[in-house]
Amino acid sequence: MSDYKGVAVCCEVKGDKLMPIAVEGLGIGRKLANTLGQELSAVLVGSGIGSLAQSAIAYGADKVYVVDDPLLKDYQADACVNVMVKVVNQVKPQVIIMGQTDSGRDLAPRLAFRLGTAVTMDCVDLAIDPDSKRLLQTKPVYGGNAQAIFTTETDPQMVTIRTKAFTALEPDTSRKGEIINIAAGLDSSAIRTKILNRVVEEVAGIKIEDAQVVVAGGRGIGSAEGFKQLEELAKTLKGAVGASRPPCDNGWVPDTIQIGLTGKIIAPELYIAVAVSGSSQHMSGCSGSKTIIAINKDREANIFRQARFGVVGDWKKVLPAFTKKIKELIAS
Amino acid sequence: MNIIVCVKQVIDPEAPPASFKIDAASNKAEMHGAPPVIDPYGEYAVEASLKIKEAKGGKVTVMSLGMNLLREVVKKPLAMGADELILLEDEAYTGGDGWSTANALAMAIKKIGKYDLIMCGREASDTNAGQTGAAIAEILGLPCIALVRKIDVADGKLKVEKVNSAGYDIIEVPLPTVLTVSNEIGQPRYPTIKGIMAAKKIEPVVWKPGDIGLEPSRLGAAGRRTKIRRLFQPVHEGKCELAEGENPEEMAVNLAMKLRVARIL
Repeated sequence: MSDYKGVAVCCEVKGDKLMPIAVEGLGIGRKLANTLGQELSAVLVGSGIGSLAQSAIAYGADKVYVVDDPLLKDYQADACVNVMVKVVNQVKPQVIIMGQTDSGRDLAPRLAFRLGTAVTMDCVDLAIDPDSKRLLQTKPVYGGNAQAIFTTETDPQMVTIRTKAFTALEPDTSRKGEIINIAAGLDSSAIRTKILNRVVEEVAGIKIEDAQVVVAGGRGIGSAEGFKQLEELAKTLKGAVGASRPPCDNGWVPDTIQIGLTGKIIAPELYIAVAVSGSSQHMSGCSGSKTIIAINKDREANIFRQARFGVVGDWKKVLPAFTKKIKELIAS
Repeated sequence: MNIIVCVKQVIDPEAPPASFKIDAASNKAEMHGAPPVIDPYGEYAVEASLKIKEAKGGKVTVMSLGMNLLREVVKKPLAMGADELILLEDEAYTGGDGWSTANALAMAIKKIGKYDLIMCGREASDTNAGQTGAAIAEILGLPCIALVRKIDVADGKLKVEKVNSAGYDIIEVPLPTVLTVSNEIGQPRYPTIKGIMAAKKIEPVVWKPGDIGLEPSRLGAAGRRTKIRRLFQPVHEGKCELAEGENPEEMAVNLAMKLRVARIL
């Protein structure tokens, strides 16, 4: 067999912390490493990230490889692929886990093909096959209508994981581990792209990924004006407004609040779908919600197969009355 | 600008979920009663290419790999305004994975020889893998910018807006390059009558593995690194409790009460 051993998790950093998806990766990585009887390593690549190595250990890593270099401050494929190849050649992990994030979804395929292996993206389940000891990789396909289980024949076996599909361990600050620094050894002339500007499209209020309540509108809302009613309900419930794809394509709402397989994938406590048909693509983005409520005038709409409570009716009449009653209940 | 666009024939993702069925024996899926289509993000890639052709002049060549490619389906990009259609249509190409497919497309692109830009959709609607663009770029030694929503061409370079979860980046990339696009690039145009008539007259070029110098060890099932173990539909349990009422307003009030009773609000 190959001389690849161990599980490695690429841990992205946001601000002064490891990203939630990174520690979720360490959580499943720890399980897989235990099943294989092998080591769990965390890989931190960036600029000014060295102090977070201890955090990776607290979340389950045995070893942390740190590549800290100013040229790695903003993600660029050429730089990151070259650095990761260096790390993989040194560490030789049998499994590599990355988050399905802006950079992860970009880096993973390039790295996999540079290494002569393959990657399975957006996995929602990972396990070790008891006979072959290969990684069983489960991911949604056909726009969320089905799931497929894949195996990779080559090493390292690479996957990206979906946000909130896995659980982080409780951090244990007494855990001990080894921190290994690897020099980036980057040649800036090898980076073919140049970032001219980074634009943040701020949505006022609470960020949709962080909201416990999301009120989402679909094609039936009909206009940007219509979304104002959803904003009112969201504000009442201290939540955020989301949308399926048609309102974004029509320019009624910004693209950044699109929820779906190719938009944002969220899992709030409460998801209120207003005039949303519930296509598999959209449901992929919100099916992790604890409770789904649907308001739609079409009794046959797919959303009613996924919602726990609902009203079959015209949202223009239902929503104002619903918001009014909610305000009353909160006040009492 | 010589632009090559990769598209794929897929089962219709817009067909109602209820008509989606899996054949467990072959690990394949079908949409009952709905004909196949060009993958939606591939169509966005065609649209993006046509916009550039309108602005800068040039040629748009569409390429597709698959079996039983229906001519009325794969010719749609021609009807939209693309100039050429190349089909990698042969049983030998199939049974592979993302890698072997991208490798075949890359070999075909090498055979075409002259190109400035390679465009792909962000992901195919059946595999949802999102790797083809990156794989082609890696094989051909090119950069790849994914999720592009705006493309400006100037002085042999591209200035693109790349979408991310917080907004977008403006990135400069030299030509030739690979780009993948998503729906933010703008609605694909409808084929015109003139376009449909023109497309009828264009014969697709069909290349077999031998035509593009594909070694048997890298072809189809022999070239794959990923295997599918199982394809299944997760079971959805649970019923939806509908709030009753004489009119929408009454139903709304009852819904709120149900949520209060269930301690959700």
